[in-house]
Amino acid sequence: MADRVAWLAGWVLLALVMVPVALMVTALWQQSADVLSVGFLLEDPGRAGRSGGIAALLISTGWILALCLLVAVPVGLGCALYLSESLPADSRRAQWLGGVLDMLAAVPSIVYGLFGYQFFAITLGLGFSILSGALALSLMVLPLMIRSAEQAMRAVPMGYRQARDALALSRWGWVRRILLPCAAPGIAVGIILSAGRALAETAVLLFTAGYVLRRPDSLFDSGRTLSVHIYDLAMNVPGGMPRAAATAVVLVALLVLLNLLVRRVLRQPMTEALV
Amino acid sequence: MITTSSLPLSDRLLGLALRLCGLLAALVLGGIVVVLLVRALPFLINEGAGIWQSTWQPGQGEYGMAPMIAGSLFVSVLALVLAAPVAVLLAAWLRYFAPRLRRPVLAGVELMAGIPSVVYGLWGMLVLVPWINQWVPPGASWLAGSLVLALMIVPLALLVTDAALGQLPLRYQRAGEALALSRVGMLRRVLLPRAAPGIVGGVVLQFGRALGETMAVLMVCGNVVQWPDSVFAPVRTLTANIALEMAYATGDHRVALFVSGLLLIAVTGLLLMASWRLRGVSHG
Amino acid sequence: MSEQRTHRAPSLVLESVSVTYGEQVAIRDASLQVQPGELMALVGPSGCGKSSLLGSINRMSDGVSGCRVGGRIWLEGEDVRQRHDLTVLRRQVGMVFQQPNPFPLSIIDNLLFPLAEHRVPRGQRRARAEQALRDVGLWEEVKERLSQPALGLSGGQQQRLCIARALVLEPQVLLLDEPCSALDPVSSRVVEALIRSLKGRYTILMVTHNLAQARRLADSVTVCWLEGQCGCVVESNGCEQVFENPAHPITAAYCAGEAG
Repeated sequence: MADRVAWLAGWVLLALVMVPVALMVTALWQQSADVLSVGFLLEDPGRAGRSGGIAALLISTGWILALCLLVAVPVGLGCALYLSESLPADSRRAQWLGGVLDMLAAVPSIVYGLFGYQFFAITLGLGFSILSGALALSLMVLPLMIRSAEQAMRAVPMGYRQARDALALSRWGWVRRILLPCAAPGIAVGIILSAGRALAETAVLLFTAGYVLRRPDSLFDSGRTLSVHIYDLAMNVPGGMPRAAATAVVLVALLVLLNLLVRRVLRQPMTEALV
Repeated sequence: MITTSSLPLSDRLLGLALRLCGLLAALVLGGIVVVLLVRALPFLINEGAGIWQSTWQPGQGEYGMAPMIAGSLFVSVLALVLAAPVAVLLAAWLRYFAPRLRRPVLAGVELMAGIPSVVYGLWGMLVLVPWINQWVPPGASWLAGSLVLALMIVPLALLVTDAALGQLPLRYQRAGEALALSRVGMLRRVLLPRAAPGIVGGVVLQFGRALGETMAVLMVCGNVVQWPDSVFAPVRTLTANIALEMAYATGDHRVALFVSGLLLIAVTGLLLMASWRLRGVSHG
Repeated sequence: MSEQRTHRAPSLVLESVSVTYGEQVAIRDASLQVQPGELMALVGPSGCGKSSLLGSINRMSDGVSGCRVGGRIWLEGEDVRQRHDLTVLRRQVGMVFQQPNPFPLSIIDNLLFPLAEHRVPRGQRRARAEQALRDVGLWEEVKERLSQPALGLSGGQQQRLCIARALVLEPQVLLLDEPCSALDPVSSRVVEALIRSLKGRYTILMVTHNLAQARRLADSVTVCWLEGQCGCVVESNGCEQVFENPAHPITAAYCAGEAG
């Protein structure tokens, strides 16, 4: 009897979660319906974003994302390699480093923004620029990248490591020909997850990459990403709602694509990586 | 790995590079704390006690953060109260009552977890706030913030609970089935209590994330610095404050914002460690 | 060719070797002697430290944190534990594991990769790889598909490839850790025949659970047993001696299948 009630109750809970999300998607879709078009993606914004499209923003977003990954992926791989190859799994240093990484992952993004502002924009003199934003973002994304890559590397079968030791193979040879190729799918997932995280970020970029609406001329130019654009249109620009919603739809579509890409690479849900 | 004196040069270089990378992670965390602390220390020494006051008037040198600390706490706690039971029970339901739905729902939830907070905030502004406004103006309020935050917490809390339940040994479930015990009873008496440390640990982690959330609450909370007298009153969180005022803050005002940033790191750090303890993660 | 190989096969002597992991003693006071070119079987129930003993010879145990090895290990009169260069040691002492573990590379790359790592001149690599494959009887079976993934081979073929991989570095000693126990009976027989063909050219120490196999293959046998929590050597002698005329009551009981 109790089971019966529970069975029904579950459906209510499910609805409680799914319905708002469905409502959200429809509301955004409706708001943006008049504005969304291929032209929206190709035109630059005008009148502080009240008209036109998001081409300049796509370009800025692309640059910031690319730079961010350019920094985060090699450093993340290096750190993951260090954790999985140079440190025994249960050593104190490994545990301590794991703790530090968890801490970094827990720091609120606005604090990364503060730090980025103080260190990259002011101390390093980069000002409000794509470079500042990308660097601050790469710091944020680093723990995620490291954790995914490390998981992938640790999953390489023990047997290969035993054979490697028995044959006295060099570390570089092992990494280059066996470890990295074996761990490649997991590492690719880490990169895609990091990209998704970076795309979704706003608070970090507010004080590092800035707000400028036009196409950036160089990496030292300020640039606005899609997420910052949504924020600005919604909060600061009267009449900006339709385009904010349209930008949101584009952003969510991009993230869904990335999610599908991860599924394709992994062929299974990746709950462990998210928590 | 091999420890011989005739390690090829490439190996030694690699070893060095790897060690540097490992150090970098530690440096970053230390760096963040140090950079913020260095700016904040003089302020803390002189006016530290002032941050616990209730008046936030940077123009007049008043840096009372208490209402905003309260704002952060209240919004997050209510969000947790709304989200955690739903997430935990739903995860349990998916595993034990509707296993065939589990995969697709989890897939959807993963997508939800990836949706940017600005998008949640946008929807809050578009739909939620006007709707609340119909009942009790102004709409942008503590309640709005908590509702949006709750919607953001549910996906991750659900995934954490699912993972914790997945680690329970199968024999518990089998024993229950063999004895024809009701699933509700099994959950209440055996499964959930056993998984509780993992679940609570994960939920504590989500609480930390809620406290650190900026954009969504910024967009729907109303951003008035005050102690709320009801759930319908506008509030401002510590995070939203930083985002709003950083652009034009100078001198002591800016440093005060740094202090609030440090406060956030401290609190989320403590919550993280509590979460480790609960989940039995050993991080030294 | 085989005369040169017999000359090269060294004697292997273990003197009071003990292996400890942290607080736990895996095996203590183990002594045995393997004559050049002979195959000695290391038998005994699970958990009495046989694999640990094997790992101490090519110093695989060095990599395990908290592992300490005591006693002496002589390879043709030279103390292995005093050596500085592990690369050369592991060239001389090859190891094959219970679970076949070919690398996720092509069949030929499984052999070329270690050769490249050990700086064998390019011109010689192909020839040595082919010779190793012939030695294990795989050449005819795989010569048409050398660039296909090694993981596509059957279990028995994979194990023979692993043996070839060990042989390609031209070792003098072979350490085999239950090489047939993960294989089906047919493959097991094939690998056994291969091992028999390697006797004489290499000094071989083989851990096995299979007493019948030990009888078939070994020239001499060392019996290990569990005393309390740690392993020890109970008897070490020529094959017939151990099976027909055991000196120790435990050996008799074990060989009769009454214990272990």
